[in-house]
Amino acid sequence: MRTESGMQPQEYMPDTLPTLEKKGENTMVINMGPQHPSTHGVLRVVLELDGETIVGLRSEIGYLHTGMEKEGEYLDYRKALTMTDRMDYLAANSNNLAYTLSVEKLLDLEVPPRGQYLRVMLTELSRIASHCVWLGTHSLDLGAMTPFFYIFTEREKILEMFEMFSGVRMMPSWIIPGGLRGDMPDGFESKLRTFLKEFPAKLVEAEALLKTNPIFMARTQGVGYISAEQCMALGVSGPTLRAAGVGWDLRKSNPYCGYEKFQFSIPTTTNSDVYDRFLVRMAEIRESVKILQQTIDELPSGPWNSDDRKVVPPPREELDTSMEAVIHHFKIYTEGISPPVGEAYVPIEGPKGEIGFYLISDGTAMPYRFHVRPPSFMNLQALETMCLGRMVADVVAIIGSIDIVLGEIDR
Amino acid sequence: MPIPVVDNVRLDVRKLIERFGSDGTEPSRGAIRDIGEHRGDIRITIQTDKLPEIVRFLRDDPELEYKFFSECLGVDYSTWKHPRTVPERFEVVYNLVSLRHFSRIFLKVAVNDGQEVPSLTPIFPGANWPEREVYDMYGIRFAGHPEMVRILTPPGWVGHPLRKEFPLGGERVDFPGGTQGPAVGEVQMPYAGDSWEGKTGSEDVGGR
Repeated sequence: MRTESGMQPQEYMPDTLPTLEKKGENTMVINMGPQHPSTHGVLRVVLELDGETIVGLRSEIGYLHTGMEKEGEYLDYRKALTMTDRMDYLAANSNNLAYTLSVEKLLDLEVPPRGQYLRVMLTELSRIASHCVWLGTHSLDLGAMTPFFYIFTEREKILEMFEMFSGVRMMPSWIIPGGLRGDMPDGFESKLRTFLKEFPAKLVEAEALLKTNPIFMARTQGVGYISAEQCMALGVSGPTLRAAGVGWDLRKSNPYCGYEKFQFSIPTTTNSDVYDRFLVRMAEIRESVKILQQTIDELPSGPWNSDDRKVVPPPREELDTSMEAVIHHFKIYTEGISPPVGEAYVPIEGPKGEIGFYLISDGTAMPYRFHVRPPSFMNLQALETMCLGRMVADVVAIIGSIDIVLGEIDR
Repeated sequence: MPIPVVDNVRLDVRKLIERFGSDGTEPSRGAIRDIGEHRGDIRITIQTDKLPEIVRFLRDDPELEYKFFSECLGVDYSTWKHPRTVPERFEVVYNLVSLRHFSRIFLKVAVNDGQEVPSLTPIFPGANWPEREVYDMYGIRFAGHPEMVRILTPPGWVGHPLRKEFPLGGERVDFPGGTQGPAVGEVQMPYAGDSWEGKTGSEDVGGR
């Protein structure tokens, strides 16, 4: 941190006491987080309580700020990709895809059908994995421990599949501008088919522990209401918006990666409470399973990468025979790719809502501006509206229902 | 339902031109400085003081219904080397979505250092945090914002990190109690871009 000369540390260091203006006389201000286990990371919430009722709420973020947007301006397009995994680390493939689509829009590049199907496959697996983590931690917050173990076993199977692709469980960086880093590995198809056959039953097992559980229903039904109008004005997207009755899903409304070819529906509910968000996400997992079944059944053959040699490195065997291929290879790995001057923003439907990267290119190998629209950042703003007037124990349920990832909020 | 397009002009653009376009007959007109299209995205640069009026119009028009506030972001053009339509240093880009047509419109306002942008928080409460982030990262203040304080960096931070002159590394790091952490610059660490930039022997690929 840079300081102005002559300042003593205690003068500029942040005041660690709550910065909430008290509304009432007989109220109490208490602090929750940033080391509270149910805040899902380093979120700090300052609450003003009148008895047990919340009359004021303020979220403090930024504890995980690592300057990724600044860093992105100093990395070339292929290197900046690896940072996107670390934003929403529970659904790295979705971030990769959002970033990649923006770069491809700058380049005006098309990806062959097989590449698109594999991208859909990876992002839908990501969505299931992300919702699995949400289900496990959300139920853990509410005192139910068993679903956590059930569903994390299933998530582990998905991470193993990512490992088959890329060698990495959580940060694959497998979707790159121009296509993918490689084709589907041997044995992946049978593994995915087995998973798709077994997973729905396992999901029912975990879901059955909560869906009609009287304690879970008492803690979640009617809690955390927010109207659809408020959601839209606050920029809340994803399952939280769909639980409020707005059937907006970017996969349907503005299809990318050939989503228009797949049969699936958008689950919506109308009560807009914590329980409904649970229902929407459970239904979304089932829709993702449907999409995955279609991708594996209808997977086209052919190349998975664009043949634009200015963007995608040539295959290894070409390097032995073609001088041009060696030059392209060398140029891509030393200089990177340089899209023409322009701006691009391609939003996709991530597990948490609309995620997109606003990229501005000045014609060089590094983005002039590298900006992400993190869904959790916008969704978390709704916390105050959802919590006011509720009991203090509901805060934990509501934070869980928004499904935030602080790595993405703070960047 | 996709947004209607007549003669290659989208309905929202046509309505904006009709209402706010410049023909010099009314003082409220002339709010549009530039209309740009790039790969199907519409980006409209408008007069800064007309921003709330235009956003309110887009939100309340029954045929448009730009009711979803997606985000806003800042851009610092101080090292930009290509032609631009407006001379100001910073731009703030607003991203609005119509859930009626599933269309998206980007509104831009351009400001210099020290100039204020009217806050959109009275129209879209969701503008609260993104505007704080723009202030934090660029130092652009928003008039009428309920709480114009930093959001991602600590309250005592000096400078605005995403301005182009702000270095990527090399500052001393202060810790509580008056101690200082390892300064990156003192161990001769190059900037991230310097490790490869311009080292290929051909053209200067980095450009900065």
